[in-house]
Amino acid sequence: MIYSLCLILIGIGLYGILTKRNIVKIIIGFVIMEAGVHLLLILIGYRMQGEAPILQPGMKLSEFITRAVDPLPQALTLTSIVIGLGVLALMIAIAIRLYERYKTFDITEMRRLKG
Amino acid sequence: MTLEYIVAALIILMIMGAVTALETDNLLSSIIALGAVGFLLAIAFLFLGAPDIAFTQIVVEILLLIILIRVTIHRDLKTTTAHRAMFGWTFAIVLIAFLTWFGLTVFEEFPAFGTAVMDRVADSASVTYIKEGLAKSGAGNLVTAVLLDFRAFDTLGEATVLFCAILGALAILRQKAHKHSKEKDQEADAA
Repeated sequence: MIYSLCLILIGIGLYGILTKRNIVKIIIGFVIMEAGVHLLLILIGYRMQGEAPILQPGMKLSEFITRAVDPLPQALTLTSIVIGLGVLALMIAIAIRLYERYKTFDITEMRRLKG
Repeated sequence: MTLEYIVAALIILMIMGAVTALETDNLLSSIIALGAVGFLLAIAFLFLGAPDIAFTQIVVEILLLIILIRVTIHRDLKTTTAHRAMFGWTFAIVLIAFLTWFGLTVFEEFPAFGTAVMDRVADSASVTYIKEGLAKSGAGNLVTAVLLDFRAFDTLGEATVLFCAILGALAILRQKAHKHSKEKDQEADAA
């Protein structure tokens, strides 16, 4: 059930990307979609009564192995979040230049982009 | 079991924030609604035993809001309520229906929420990281151990992608080259 809720979030992001005319709204849809994917990845790595995968002094390793959540999806999600910010900066830079050129964020009015 | 409901409630709030962000006419309010989505995501990460991700998410969300507000402030704040042409709509509906079908089919194969995938695979990488992470890398925090020791090349690749993206953004935003290309465009328009 909880995975389907993530899927709804991804679907809303996709809807924004495909149907909106404002370029900032399209970027917002992209960010929403990204949030859904990150949450789905973390949910897959969770285990019931799980603890953060941080080993503290005085913890027994045998007990830690049965309780810690999966560190691998967490590490890769961390990578993905940071890359998402870099890509967003690139998209915003292009949007600013398009605005200076066409004086609008509306993609249907940018005639020269039409193929 | 209660945790599942807490996370589900957080995701429902995120969905409401996402719909608000996409459907509001004012761009500034839609960016603030997007900020709500990001911070709720950070809270969900805290509940799911991922404090490192939660910190990163908060920092990235603040930077994202600053960048997005920078682009919209002093600019055309009202958005057109009209949608794209009919083709875009049909395409969107077909694609989202396909995504839903695909997702639901995949989720049937998933283990129930709360049973880790790593327990079902013998000798999975994650189990090795948890068992031998401290002995092999010397880091108590296993996420850091994976990022900077076991999969350090991955992090190097991440840094490369980030560097390229920022370099591209700076190259696009540079004023000097922009002026030059503008003159060229005007010449092309005149000719």
